[in-house]
Amino acid sequence: MGTAERFEKVSAIIEKHGREAHKLIPILQEIQEEYSYLPEDLMLYLAKEIGVPAASVYGVATFYAHFTLEAKGKYIIKVCDGTACHVKKSEGILKVLEEELGLDKKKRTSDDMLFTLETVACLGACGLAPVVVVNDKVHGAMTPEKTRELIQAIRKEEAENA
Amino acid sequence: MHKINFEERKKQYLAAMEEYKARIVVCGGTGCMANGSGEILEKFKTVVKEKGLSITVALEKEKTDFILKTSGCQGFCQMGPLVTLYPQGILYVHVKAEDVEEIVERTLLKGEIIERLLYKENDGTTIAEMQKIPFYDKQKRTTLELCGRIDALDIDEYIAHGGYEMAKKAVLEMTDDEICDEILASGLRGRGGGGFPTGRKWALTKVHKNDTKYVICNGDEGDPGAFMDRCVMEGNPHSVIEGMIIAACAIGGTDGYIYVRAEYPLAVVRLQIAVEAARKAGILGKNIFGSDMNFDINIMEGAGAFVCGEETALIHSIEGMRGMPTSKPPFPAEKGLFGKPTVINNVETLATIPIIMQMGAEKYAAIGSENANGTKTFALTGHVAHTGLIEVPLGTTLRQIIEEIGGGVMNDDGTLCGTDFKAVQIGGPSGGCLTQEHLDLPLDYDHLKSVGAMIGSGGLVVMNQQTCMVSIARFFMQFTQNESCGKCVLCREGTKQMLELLDDIIEGRGTAETLELLESLARTVQAGSLCALGKTAPNPVLSTLKYFRKEYEAHIFENKCPAGRCEAFANYAIDPEKCKSCSLCARKCPVEAISGEKGVPYTIDTDKCIKCGACIGNCKFGAVYKG
Repeated sequence: MGTAERFEKVSAIIEKHGREAHKLIPILQEIQEEYSYLPEDLMLYLAKEIGVPAASVYGVATFYAHFTLEAKGKYIIKVCDGTACHVKKSEGILKVLEEELGLDKKKRTSDDMLFTLETVACLGACGLAPVVVVNDKVHGAMTPEKTRELIQAIRKEEAENA
Repeated sequence: MHKINFEERKKQYLAAMEEYKARIVVCGGTGCMANGSGEILEKFKTVVKEKGLSITVALEKEKTDFILKTSGCQGFCQMGPLVTLYPQGILYVHVKAEDVEEIVERTLLKGEIIERLLYKENDGTTIAEMQKIPFYDKQKRTTLELCGRIDALDIDEYIAHGGYEMAKKAVLEMTDDEICDEILASGLRGRGGGGFPTGRKWALTKVHKNDTKYVICNGDEGDPGAFMDRCVMEGNPHSVIEGMIIAACAIGGTDGYIYVRAEYPLAVVRLQIAVEAARKAGILGKNIFGSDMNFDINIMEGAGAFVCGEETALIHSIEGMRGMPTSKPPFPAEKGLFGKPTVINNVETLATIPIIMQMGAEKYAAIGSENANGTKTFALTGHVAHTGLIEVPLGTTLRQIIEEIGGGVMNDDGTLCGTDFKAVQIGGPSGGCLTQEHLDLPLDYDHLKSVGAMIGSGGLVVMNQQTCMVSIARFFMQFTQNESCGKCVLCREGTKQMLELLDDIIEGRGTAETLELLESLARTVQAGSLCALGKTAPNPVLSTLKYFRKEYEAHIFENKCPAGRCEAFANYAIDPEKCKSCSLCARKCPVEAISGEKGVPYTIDTDKCIKCGACIGNCKFGAVYKG
């Protein structure tokens, strides 16, 4: 997508929500939905458009856990580490995923840009603990084995579609 | 603006219900959805059609044999996916798509009950009727009554069950004072954790005159291990809207916001649909119920910050800023959102309002205990046989909840052990833990406060004897440390230092001084933080120190984790069954801690062992283990 088109897209999003400073969060959310992250040039553009200092836009984008300034993988895997999941050993599942995807505490996206691994505090599906969510699909009562199978299934599907 | 005719709608609906042979309700809560309730729903449609019968998902003019509905969370998540069949009220548990054909064939057409799909007690007896299952029978569902029975996406179902009648009454027939007095008389206290009397909060907001006033619904349910509000927003969104309209009437509100946590996408969608339906019915928007009152609701999705559950932080977040708390006063009642008078109530509180008005304040106040009237929902999770969403009168004891509703405590190996739990964490990262000695303590605001815990939003995480309490304290510390907004130095840096001290203990570097420092730092963080996040962040540490000091001391002075959880204290051992006495481990051991002879399994001297792990990595038979 060319630069002009990208700015037009953001313009459309701004128009939809209204050119007001207090709409910053919903606008950022929609930009992120579109691009999977918040590109710097678009944040600068947005700041100007709604009349908010660029520093404030950056401040908001870095304050909230859901915003990311880096591109994410195609599959976003969220491991729930809420209390209920934690006492039912979500840590073991996280370890398996790090191993399987070649990730660690700092590196959260796989080299093939297929997977991004995140931990979340609580998904509110405590009855199913431990829980793993892949792109909004909830997988409950997970075990290390089931987690491995899940990743293999996605890889297989990707290979078939490639 | 057209006026909505409640009586007409109700009559139409009830008459239509009479026509159907059965009403099939598939649970559409997150738990059941994850276990495949979506497929079950589709399967019902195809199977019924294959049999030459007709089925509908919405009230239609043409007559069909069955009506199929998705409900919000029915609460019994452990047993999902759940399918309930009305009018008999039969509950089938752990239903799979493959079972649908048999359900249609045998239960719907022949009226037989399928034994295999019924809920089973521990002794193997089965119970067919939902209401007779102890999990439901022992509860008192008021706020959750409709949640799980009606279709969240169908405003007519809500109206047919008496929905919006109280909002209409409030708008057309009651004065603001009458509403405030009614709610005050009911004794309702904020269900989000604070426990402030709702009626008084409204009365305090009412007196500040302004052309624009806001009603905010706080749906930023961030406590790990709590999901009551999510279930209400997903399962009965109209009750939240109705509560907000009544609140608006009481304070003179002109606009509403529902702030929903970003982790709850399904709740966002259902609320949006519900708000849209209410607008179409003339219940929201201009001249609601044909009166001269205008009130509309916006839905704002959070962006992932626990601190936004704090009211001033939440207000800043709606204003498009970083969600950082500011000092009070001024209270939101005086200067809230965009500087206007604002009332903020929690989801459960608002959803309870219409029920109080329907029951009457006196009747509602009769439920529960002294100073804590009514019922409270709890998310019952952790090591308990029946996890799920429950609602009980305030003042119910832990014993009743764990034994009768929860079905007992579960060990790591899946066996049940009655009420032999180690601790129950209540109130999330701001709360504390309860132990065996609190089994008969009434769960309400004041009793919990007296033992250093709080009701919080209502998470109840049961932990069995195999849980390490120091690790649990660390887990909560990690959470609050991550979520500290950074404004107050003591919360920002203090929680980080506390976390490091806990790490020292867990990783075997703790000394007597560590414990002292941890305790004094905990008190300092409490004293030096502005908002409830910082003030309560040390609670899990203080509460575990109070009840499980011995466990901390065992980590520090005896170099062991009594629960056997902390890796640093794990000992290496050799499984004699698997050991082939090849001597490889002994040769690789740098400190000669392993000995043995041919034909006899080798052993490790734990006093000499430095836990380097060389043995485990070299054993070809998987005989060395850590435990």
